[in-house]
Amino acid sequence: MSDVNGSNGSTGGVGSFKVKAGLAQMLKGGVIMDVVTPEQAVIAEEAGACAVMALERVPADIRRDGGVARMSDPDMIKGIIEAVSIPVMAKARIGHFVEAQILEAIGVDYIDESEVLTPADEEYHIYKHDYKVPFVCGCRNLGEALRRIGEGAAMIRTKGEAGTGDVVHAVWHARTVLSDIRKLQGMPTEEVMTFAKEIGAPFELVMQTRELGRLPVVNFAAGGIATPADAALLMQIGVDGVFVGSGIFKSGDPAKRARAIVEATTHYNNPEILAKVSENLGEAMVGINVSSLPTEEQLSTRGW
Amino acid sequence: MKIGVLALQGAFHEHIKMLNQLGVEAVEVRLPADLDGLSGLIIPGGESTTIGKLAVIYKLMEPLRAFAAKKAVWGTCAGMIFMAKDIGIDQPLLGIMDIIVERNAFGRQVDSFETALNIDGLSGDKPFPAIFIRAPRLVEAQAGTQIISTLEDGTAVAAKQGNWLVTSFHPELTGDDRMHQMFIDMAQAMNE
Repeated sequence: MSDVNGSNGSTGGVGSFKVKAGLAQMLKGGVIMDVVTPEQAVIAEEAGACAVMALERVPADIRRDGGVARMSDPDMIKGIIEAVSIPVMAKARIGHFVEAQILEAIGVDYIDESEVLTPADEEYHIYKHDYKVPFVCGCRNLGEALRRIGEGAAMIRTKGEAGTGDVVHAVWHARTVLSDIRKLQGMPTEEVMTFAKEIGAPFELVMQTRELGRLPVVNFAAGGIATPADAALLMQIGVDGVFVGSGIFKSGDPAKRARAIVEATTHYNNPEILAKVSENLGEAMVGINVSSLPTEEQLSTRGW
Repeated sequence: MKIGVLALQGAFHEHIKMLNQLGVEAVEVRLPADLDGLSGLIIPGGESTTIGKLAVIYKLMEPLRAFAAKKAVWGTCAGMIFMAKDIGIDQPLLGIMDIIVERNAFGRQVDSFETALNIDGLSGDKPFPAIFIRAPRLVEAQAGTQIISTLEDGTAVAAKQGNWLVTSFHPELTGDDRMHQMFIDMAQAMNE
């Protein structure tokens, strides 16, 4: 975290970790939606999305089509940036720091270094402190989250299993991170270094997490959220907000479902409202049972 | 004294934590009935379009305007946009304060910045650590609105009008509680 200094000016402290992590704090309690066209971006904004993720194919289609999934066409991302007033995120492949440079150059508000795309590096992630644009990264447990934060991620999302519409891994990963934190808080100080070694995380960030009782940055849930009840489930488990990928625009009535998921994320603790917004949403996306997926087809295993 | 924080979307926990640290009870406001018994309200940063749409759907617009007529209200960033009369584009606004505000006035996220500000009426000599995130600016304020802080180039970034306070920046993301104390004092004064 950088220090604030200097007198009244308008250019100091651009791209500091505080302003990068701060944008994620402004997204809390909100829904970030995958969109593939400016028209979908407008529908998402109208429904109350707090940000959109611009990409060429939603995870369900990436899964169906196979092949190599890469960063989207910058022109298509620029079209979405122009169409909405809310923040626009875009995905770069794991370790593909040139895709990240390109996304920063076109002015996206957040880069998702994402396991949904085909990894460009099987050992190393991007060194994210070098960028003015903030990064969000996926994780399955506390160690993975803190490694990404150590590399400069200003926001974390639990991975779940993208493109399935099955919430089971989103729940598993969110619960794992939270229970790792509870375990860390319950241990005597002398055990922390060995815990840090075991989970492969930087000691200072482990200590910071222990003091805060939460991740040092905002943590959303992702991967398989398809209904308002799914979103509220993750919020009650204890995440700060949700990403919805294929769940909206692969459903029967995207505008209505998008709005219902936004309302459910705000009123996640109010079963009467959750019941009301869950009514008559039409077809949910066709799901894939995650337990039927062989490990090599599970996107969440990508990331090191 | 209880102060509410509009909890439709955005950084409401950060405000609640700050208020609690100052010994004030804080309440999350999501529905009109949540306003009962409050001495003041903070509208947090977040996405102003999201907050506005949810306020319309859950019939909060009129109750919020009625509350603001009698009590202290502070809008930070998206909250400032939501309180403004005019922002030049069409989205739900409370329109309680006579100000014109421009959204994303400093550019996109890569242009977000930190700086130190002098703020009129703030206790202590130290400048205030101000964090601007895709921040709005005050374009125009009617007579009766007092600009309490500007950037070096003259851009207005904080203002007061009677029991209303707006800031382009995010005091809830800093360790400095002086702006929150200023607002608590305003809420107290309205209650006397």
